[in-house]
Amino acid sequence: MTDQTAPDPAPGLDPAEEYRPPRNQWLDVWDQFKTHKGALIGLGFFVFIILGVTLGPFLWTIDATYIDIRARNQGPSLAHPFGTDQLGRDTLARMIAGGQTSIAVGLTAMALALFLGTLIGVVAGFSKKLDGPLMRFTDLFLALPLLPLLLVIIMLFRDRLRAAFGPEEGIFILIVVVIGITSWMNTARIVRGDVLALKEREFVLAARSIGTPARRMVTRHILPNVLSPIMVSATLGIANAIITESALSFLGLGFPSDFPTWGRLLFDATDWLQQYPERVLWPGLAISLTVLSVNYIGDGLRDALDPRIRGR
Amino acid sequence: MNLKHTLLGAAAAMALVPVTAHGAAHEGPRGRDGDVKIIYWQAPSIMNPYLSGGTKELEAASLVIEPLARYNEKGDLVPWLAESVPTVENGGVNADGTQITWVLKEGLVWSDGTPVTSEDVKFSWEYCTAEGGGCAQAEKYLDVTAVDTPDARTVVVNFGVGKPFPYGPFVGAQAPIIQKAQFADCLGPKAPECTDANFSPIGTGPFTVTEFRPNDVITLAANENYRDEGKPAFATVTFKGGGDATAAGRSVLETGEFDYAWNLQLAPDVIGAMEAAGKGKVVADFGTSVERIMINFTDVNPDLGDERGTAAHPHPFLTDIAVRRALSMAIDRALLTEIGYGPAGTPTCNVLPAPAAYASTANDGCLVQDIAGANALLDEAGWMPGADGVRAKDGVRLSVLYQTSTNAVRQDYQALIKQWWSEIGVETELRNINASVFFGSDPGSPDTFQKFFADVEMYTNNFDGTDPEAYMANWTCDQAPRPETQWQGNNMPRYCDAAYDALSAQMATTSGIDARAALAKQMNDMLMQNYVMLPLTHRGRVAAHSNTLGGVIMNVWDSELWNIADWYRIDG
Amino acid sequence: MLTYAIRRLIIAIPTLLFIGLCIFLLLDLAPGDPTAQLPLTIPPEVKEQIREALGLGQPVHIRFWKWLVQFIWVEPLNLFDFLFGTTFADGWPRIISWQSRSPVMDIVVQRIPQTLWVVGMSYVVGVLIALPIGIISAYRQYSVFDQVGTFVSMIGYSVPPFFTGVLVIVIFSVQLGWLPSIYDTTHRVVDWETFVFQLKQMVMPVMVLALQTTAQISRFMRASMLDNLNQDYVRTARAKGMTEQVVVMTHVLRNSMIPVVTVIALGVPAVFGGAIITEQIFKVNGIGQLLITAIQANDLPMVQTLTFIFAILIVLFNLIADVLYGILDPRIRYD
Repeated sequence: MTDQTAPDPAPGLDPAEEYRPPRNQWLDVWDQFKTHKGALIGLGFFVFIILGVTLGPFLWTIDATYIDIRARNQGPSLAHPFGTDQLGRDTLARMIAGGQTSIAVGLTAMALALFLGTLIGVVAGFSKKLDGPLMRFTDLFLALPLLPLLLVIIMLFRDRLRAAFGPEEGIFILIVVVIGITSWMNTARIVRGDVLALKEREFVLAARSIGTPARRMVTRHILPNVLSPIMVSATLGIANAIITESALSFLGLGFPSDFPTWGRLLFDATDWLQQYPERVLWPGLAISLTVLSVNYIGDGLRDALDPRIRGR
Repeated sequence: MNLKHTLLGAAAAMALVPVTAHGAAHEGPRGRDGDVKIIYWQAPSIMNPYLSGGTKELEAASLVIEPLARYNEKGDLVPWLAESVPTVENGGVNADGTQITWVLKEGLVWSDGTPVTSEDVKFSWEYCTAEGGGCAQAEKYLDVTAVDTPDARTVVVNFGVGKPFPYGPFVGAQAPIIQKAQFADCLGPKAPECTDANFSPIGTGPFTVTEFRPNDVITLAANENYRDEGKPAFATVTFKGGGDATAAGRSVLETGEFDYAWNLQLAPDVIGAMEAAGKGKVVADFGTSVERIMINFTDVNPDLGDERGTAAHPHPFLTDIAVRRALSMAIDRALLTEIGYGPAGTPTCNVLPAPAAYASTANDGCLVQDIAGANALLDEAGWMPGADGVRAKDGVRLSVLYQTSTNAVRQDYQALIKQWWSEIGVETELRNINASVFFGSDPGSPDTFQKFFADVEMYTNNFDGTDPEAYMANWTCDQAPRPETQWQGNNMPRYCDAAYDALSAQMATTSGIDARAALAKQMNDMLMQNYVMLPLTHRGRVAAHSNTLGGVIMNVWDSELWNIADWYRIDG
Repeated sequence: MLTYAIRRLIIAIPTLLFIGLCIFLLLDLAPGDPTAQLPLTIPPEVKEQIREALGLGQPVHIRFWKWLVQFIWVEPLNLFDFLFGTTFADGWPRIISWQSRSPVMDIVVQRIPQTLWVVGMSYVVGVLIALPIGIISAYRQYSVFDQVGTFVSMIGYSVPPFFTGVLVIVIFSVQLGWLPSIYDTTHRVVDWETFVFQLKQMVMPVMVLALQTTAQISRFMRASMLDNLNQDYVRTARAKGMTEQVVVMTHVLRNSMIPVVTVIALGVPAVFGGAIITEQIFKVNGIGQLLITAIQANDLPMVQTLTFIFAILIVLFNLIADVLYGILDPRIRYD
């Protein structure tokens, strides 16, 4: 156990200090990743979704907000492959436009929450002095009622952000930050719990005894070993962010109502579940499959980054 | 003692009350039809309408406590606890409208068996006007100076000013009679301490509260001392709250778990499909609710600081009547209504659409959409399209911020109207705000409908009962919300015209329904022809009842449950 | 460990007071108005009188102090009176809800049975399903069981309850007519038949909620087990000839529990917080519905009290989790 060192997940370390394997380590990781079939499929699908929502508008040129009132409530057809909604807006165009927002919100909010959660969790777990204050701070955030908090944030910052970044970007920043700062607490507590146990393990003791500085201890020994709960948090975090965004917009706290997102499309379509079931299908599938693909990518990455598995 | 009163009460009821027309076919002993289940998707939190003015509380309380007179389904006043409706003709109202005399029905008893007296009526007024009580219905008792009780059945209400329409106090679901003995210690600041009384008031209505769970469920049982023999037909009522409109509609129309569902504001094809399941019927009727767009006459540029949204700074382009008119012409009201409300709405061009006597027909031209005409009008007024397709004049672009509360139908309206306005070269940014913030009057929030820090906003308003005097006075100059009034007031557009104020003052002193109707129409037309607001849809109230529930008569002028004593079970 | 727990409990008091103050200030700052839900036909002057009567005119610090005294002194006194029939609390004003003008704690107590029946039960069911799924999925990584478990739990987690709830209602209540779509909170279990009815009305909300819990906890369980299954001590234990059962269920499981215990402990206060959307869909009217209606109606005493109780539970259960860490892994020391 004492000889255990993790692969270097944090680029930017001084390369001179590192033992250089004959082969680039990342190639090893990729080789291992390739053997994970689920991860490959997941990655493929995720790339497809990203390409679809970014390049989609060039291929499918109908405007997502254009209302063709004569064509409302239509099923799938050549003109509208995914059908139209109750106002005659093209569902495919709305799925593409909604995907851009949902994926952007999901990824950035998740990244922000993960960053905050990991940072606070590691620092609290590692430093005895900061553990108490940081965890009480986490308790405070867990206890704050979400809706009033959102109302306050929106009241204080919406107009300023709107003035600084324009109506859409301003709201985007607001939503990402809101979701990020209200969903890091679970990650923080989970990471801290693991770090508390890890730092008493022999390899950390050994590293400490040879005088490894705290920063390197964290980046080289602690972080790689808490990777799996972080990966799980990441997967769940994306799903959470996409759904939370839809909850925000249906409460009137999110994007303007003519701004489609997957969560919002799913919410709006739920009322029509019995009449037009296909309308729930598209956003529901898109969200689930995206989350599923991120989950498989996470699984594959975790395996690939674990030298004990890679070595086998 | 109790039994004696019961017998007396029953005997009196038999002697005095004629059998009503629809009661005739469904007679039988009281409580013969078991349980009736009602679902309100917003749950009542209290049974005392004086402490909460919410519609859900009013309607729940109307099962238990009753007013002297109320409105029937046609909007006519009918006597309820009073023998008859006092008028100038029958001598119940004096000539200058400063005094009205009500006479209680004979032999009325509370559900605890004690007699109802004029003291109880007087006490209801005292309760609502007590200092520090925060009575939600204080408006109903406005200008009442004294209530006299010459004998146990007679109540004389005196007003400080002549009231052309003296039917505010003790009329309608908003101003019922409560029992003095029960509430005597609950005046003013002590009102909240009387939890038991507020949750299960003793009333004269067909039911009494068995258990009240705030914001959840109320169970009620037939009032053994109810004045009509053989009524109510149901022995118990389960009054469930919570959920959403879709689920409530489903539980009546599709699963048949409930008998009556209130306020089903659902997309027409959703509710249509539910009704097709064949378990129940949808009923709708029209009151005075109008969904309208308010136009802001003041500049709301944030750079103006404290003077933002005040009369000191007129709006850069909405003060041009051509622009307001063009905005109105571009809207297809019929299509909006069809998509948003279906049979529960009709397109309208009036902010005062009902009662029929008050409805103007002078503005019906707006029902036809005219995009070309709107474009021509704007061209003529000098608003020319720029490179981005948005019209501008002297550097002022026609770009509006359009706000409303969060609600699926309103968001569909916003999307459609945004598209039509883009066709006449007006750029629209949409914003929807949580209803509890939008309709709140927190002066600290920039998002209230009263502050109106947007160019146009959309919501529904209506008025109680059938008299529009107070409603039409909403658009007088002094009603404009402004910093000096802590942003309170009903004149959201900040429209101000001395001629309009004069008409409003005239209406306050005019009696006679024809003269009042003429004035109301004139005021309505003035608002409409100046495009101060753009009415869109005259909204109805929609409810659903099970096929096995009979006797339901939809009433939009009073509580929907006004005639629950006449409801009965249809076998089958 | 005991001294640690006691020390933490003592620190918890100022922490909670601070959290309470933060919540109070936040609610005070939030835009909103208890009269917002009243019909527009009620004139602004009357609304102003209503706000005055609710005590909104007083300064913030006085209102906070009043609430604090009521919460930590008057309400416990009332409970004492209720239990022992004394009258110590007479004359002290209790925390009064602005919506119903009745004591907040009475309503909270009224809501606890259905919240525990539905949300509590779903949590228990969720955890009980999640743990074996997580363990087996990790032990037989990439087996069919693991693949199916992953697929179902990720779909379950990514599809929100506002959709799954409506879906099961449409299937089981509308189409098949097997289960009631509206939860009857007045129902009392007295015999076998009423118990069956209670089960029937619980099954849909419990399942919808348990799906979320199961998905989350089983993922953490699986990931954590996988981390440990490859450790050297597992090889050592096997080499020593221990049975697979002992290796997995005793050694690996115990070492894998830390993140899972954290997640479970974070979830327990949430049980009390209720499930806002699911309660709304099935009309369970538990504490979640109470909280959301109170927030919508700007019923500040109710929101403040509920969130504060919630805060107490959070602090308490995080403390329990910290103590459990020490039991699961004695190397963790807090001195």
